[in-house]
Amino acid sequence: MSTVELARPQESAWRGSGPVVNDFSIQVATVNGSGSQTANIVLLRALFRMGIPVSAKNLFPSNIAGLPTWYTIRANNRGFIGRKKEIDFLVAMNPETAEEDVRNLGPGAAVVYDAPLGLNRLRSDLHFYPAPFDKLVAGVCPDAKLRRLVRNMLYDGILAHLLGIEVEEIRTALFKQFKKKVKAAELNWRAVEAGVEFAAENLPKTDPYRAERMDANGNKIIIEGNAAAALGAMFAGVTVVTWYPITPSSSLCETLIEYARRYRIDKETGKATFAIVQAEDELASIGMALGAGWAGARSMTSTAGPGVSLMSEFVGLGYYAEIPTVIFDVQRVGPSTGLPTRTAQGDLLSTALLSHGDTKHILLIPSNPEECFEMAIQAFDLAEELQTPVFVMLDLDLGMNYWMAEPFPYPKGGLKRGKVLTAEDLERLNGFARYKDVDGDGIGYRTLPGTEHPLAAYFTRGSGHNERAAYTERPDDYVRNMDRLGRKMETARRMLPRPAVELAPGARVGLVAAGTTHWALVESRDQLEREHGMTTSYCRVRAFPFDHELGEFVAAHERVYVVEQNRDAQLLDLMKLELEPALTAKLRSVRYYGGLPLDARTVTDGILEQEGM
Amino acid sequence: MSTAAAPPPKKLNRIGLDLAPYKGLKTTLCAGCGHNSISERIVEAFFEMGVAPWQVIKLSGIGCSSKSPAYFLSMSHGFNAVHGRMPSVATGALLANRRLLALGVSGDGDTASIGIGQFVHLLRRNLPIIYVIENNGCYGLTKGQFSATADLGSKLKTGVVNDLPPIDTCMLGIQLGATFVARSFSGDKRQLSALLRAAIGHRGTVVLDVVSPCVTFNDHEGSTKSYTYMKDHEEPLHEIDFVPFFQDIEVEIEPGTRREVTLHDGSRLALRKLGADYDPSNKLEALRVLEESGRSGEVATGLLYLDTGREDFLELLNLVEEPLALLPEGRLRPPESALAEILEELR
Repeated sequence: MSTVELARPQESAWRGSGPVVNDFSIQVATVNGSGSQTANIVLLRALFRMGIPVSAKNLFPSNIAGLPTWYTIRANNRGFIGRKKEIDFLVAMNPETAEEDVRNLGPGAAVVYDAPLGLNRLRSDLHFYPAPFDKLVAGVCPDAKLRRLVRNMLYDGILAHLLGIEVEEIRTALFKQFKKKVKAAELNWRAVEAGVEFAAENLPKTDPYRAERMDANGNKIIIEGNAAAALGAMFAGVTVVTWYPITPSSSLCETLIEYARRYRIDKETGKATFAIVQAEDELASIGMALGAGWAGARSMTSTAGPGVSLMSEFVGLGYYAEIPTVIFDVQRVGPSTGLPTRTAQGDLLSTALLSHGDTKHILLIPSNPEECFEMAIQAFDLAEELQTPVFVMLDLDLGMNYWMAEPFPYPKGGLKRGKVLTAEDLERLNGFARYKDVDGDGIGYRTLPGTEHPLAAYFTRGSGHNERAAYTERPDDYVRNMDRLGRKMETARRMLPRPAVELAPGARVGLVAAGTTHWALVESRDQLEREHGMTTSYCRVRAFPFDHELGEFVAAHERVYVVEQNRDAQLLDLMKLELEPALTAKLRSVRYYGGLPLDARTVTDGILEQEGM
Repeated sequence: MSTAAAPPPKKLNRIGLDLAPYKGLKTTLCAGCGHNSISERIVEAFFEMGVAPWQVIKLSGIGCSSKSPAYFLSMSHGFNAVHGRMPSVATGALLANRRLLALGVSGDGDTASIGIGQFVHLLRRNLPIIYVIENNGCYGLTKGQFSATADLGSKLKTGVVNDLPPIDTCMLGIQLGATFVARSFSGDKRQLSALLRAAIGHRGTVVLDVVSPCVTFNDHEGSTKSYTYMKDHEEPLHEIDFVPFFQDIEVEIEPGTRREVTLHDGSRLALRKLGADYDPSNKLEALRVLEESGRSGEVATGLLYLDTGREDFLELLNLVEEPLALLPEGRLRPPESALAEILEELR
C-alpha cells in the first residue's frame, strides 16, 4: 500500500497539515444499472444524520445500463453544498474509467478500489485502499444473482471505517431506504458490516479526512427538487395533471402520482380528487392543461426544454386567450439528442418570450427545494389570478439531485382562484365582457364552462377579439387588447417573488444569479473575500418579469457580474430587455455550460479574470 | 281591415327553451358550403334533444370547419384552439368538468393531417365527445390544397390529380377505439339529423365524418367530394329512425326488416334495412364495408359501428362525481398533519 509523503491538494493548503474534519468530497465511479444508487443515498443520509451539511450530485449518462456514472457526495462544515471540483475520496468501482478517474485526482486524494484493478501502480501521491470486492461479497451473499446489487454496500462499510461515519447511522439510513423490505435490508447490512470489518483489519488510515458528528442540520429534510415541486403542486390543490415522460422532469409527475394516491383520494367514496394523464406528446399535454385551466381546474404539466419547444404555439394561445396553467420546466442541455442528463439554464430566454407575436411569460426560478415547494404553490395562485400560463424553472441539478432543506411550512391563506364570475354574479351584473379591464389591472373577469346562466358563455380564441370576446380584426381593438395584456404583465411584476438581495457595505462589485447558480455563488463570494479581499453584494433573481429592485441593485454598484449556466448569457439578455441602457453598460457575464452542476471555483476564476486579478 | 297578425307562438323544447339560444352568429362561410347545413343540423339536434346549452362546450381547431362553432349554440362556451389540437383541449376541459357535453368540430385537414396524432389518441381513450369531421377533401381556408382524405385520382380545380391514398377517419375510429362511428353527407338532412341526435345520447367517442362539399374549391367535375358525386354515389346502409328517450313511441316492427339499438340515454335507433342486413356491432363487418366502398368509389353512409359496452375515459379515471374544477379547498389541500407525516419520512 502506498504511504508516501504527500503534497497537500491545493484547495486544502490553507487548512494546515492536521486532520480535515467534515470538509471533503466523495466520488463513487460505477457503471449505471449496477444498483449503486442505494449505497450512495445511504452514505449521504448517514452523513446528514450526523449533523454534517451534505449534498449529492448524480452525474449520469443517457442510458439504462452499462455506461459510466459518477456520484459525488460533498460534506462541508460551513454549509457550502454546491459541487466541488476537487475529489478527495474516490471509490473506483468501474474498471472502464478507473485509470482515468485516478489520473484526474489531485495529489493527496484517497482511492478505495477493487484490488484486482491494481490502481496503486498509477500514482505515488495518493492514498490507496484496495479491497477484494468479489471475495467479500461472496462471503455475505450466497445467492450469486444478488451479489451485483449487494456488492456496492461494501464500500459504504469501508468508507464508514476510513472516514469515521457512524455505522449506526448507516444502519438507520439503510433500513429507511429499504422500507418494508426487511430481508433485503438485512442482507445489505451484512455487506456493510463485512466492509467495516475488512477495513478495520486490513486498511490502516493514511489520509487526513474525517467525519465527526456536528449539529448543523437541525430539523432539515433531504429531498429532490422535483419531489418538492410535486408536493407543492399537491398542496396547491392541483386537480388536472398532464405530462409526457422526459428527462429530467419525469420524476416530478411520478412523485406527484405517488403522493396524490396517498393524500388525494376521497375517504368516503374511494374516488380521486385529481386526474393525472400521461399524454401522447407535449403538444397534447399542454393542450390538455390549457383545456383544464379554461374549464376551471388547477392544471399543470411538467417537461424539459424539448417539450417546451413543442408547447410553444399552445402557450402563445394560452397567453392571448388568457388561460391559467402551470408549466414546470426542468431545464437540461438540449436538444433531443443533446446531453439530456446534464444540467443547464438554457431555456430562460426562449421560455420568457415563448411562442410567436408579442408574448411574454412569467417565470419563477427556485434555487432550493423550499422554493420548489413554495413557488409551485405560488404558481397556481398566480396563474389563476393573472389568467395566464406560469412557468416554474427548475434545472436537472435542482430537480433530480438530493438537497437538504428546511421543513416546508404548511401554506397559509386559502387558494387564490382569481376573477371568476358565478351564475349569481352574472344575474346581479346582467352579463359581463370577458376582456374588459374593469379594475384597471389588465385582468378581466371570466366564467367557467358549465355555469348555469344564459349570459355565462363566451367564445375563446387567439388575439382576434374585442372586449366582449367577439371576433374582430380591427386595428384599434387589437392594439387596445395588446396594451391591456402589457398592463397585466406590469400587475404581475408587483405580485411575483422579489429578489433576494444581500448588500455588502462598501462593495463596488455586485453579483447577479438565479436558480442553482446560487450554490456556487455563495461559495465563490467567500473565496473572493477570503482569498482576494474582494467584497461583493449579491442579488438573486427569483422571477421574471424582474422586480424594480434589480435595477436599483445594478445602479448601486460599479460593475455587476451576471453568473449563469448557458453559453449566450440569457439572464443577462433578459436584463438588457428590461433595464435602462445606462445600467446595462455595467453588466458583465460569467458563464458555464459544460453540463455539470456549477462549482464555486469556476465562478471565482471567471470573475477574477475580468477583474484583472 | 286589420293587417296586424299575432306572431306565431314560439316552439319550445322539453326544457322550455325556444330555438334562439341554439343558434349562433350569421355564418361567414361561402354560400352553399356544406358546413352551413351541418351547423343547421346541430342547432336542430341540440334543440330537439333539449340539451341545456350552458352544459355544452363547443370546440374546434383551425380551418373553415373550425370557424363554424361561432354559428351555432351561442349560449355555450366555445374554444377555437390551434390547428389539429382541439382533442387535447377537449380532453382537459372534460377532466376539469366531467358534466360538460363536448362537441368538437374539425375538418379533414385539421383531423387527418396536422391533427392525426391527437385524433388517434382521442379514439384510443374513448373520450366522451361528439367529434364531427366536416370532410371536404381540401384545405378551403388556404384556397383549396388537397387534404389527406382526398380520394386517389380525384382532381383539384387546377387539374392536379391526387396520387396518394386517402386516410379513412371512420376506419381509424373503428380500429382504434371510438364507440360510435358514422358517416353521412351534409346534403342528407334526415340521416344527419338522426345521427346527431343519437350522438348526443351516446357516452364515449363519437366519430361523425360528414362529407361536406367545398363549393368554392372542390365541387367540380373530377372531385369525389362534390354535391354531384355524393348524390350519385352515396350508399346508405340503412334508413335511420330516431326515437328520443323522452318520447314513448312504439315503432312498428316488421320482423326481419330492421334492427334496433338503444343508446346510453335511453334513446333508440331503428335501422331499417335497405339492402343486405347490416349489423353495426360487428367491427370486422364495418371495416369490410368501408374497405369495399373505398375500392368501388361508392360512399357507404349511416351508423357504421356502435359499442355501448366500453367504459369511457373519464370513467376509467375513478374521479369523484363532482367536477374537479368546482371542488372546494377543503377537498383539494391535504391537512397540515399530512405534510408533517411526509416531512418526517424525508428526514
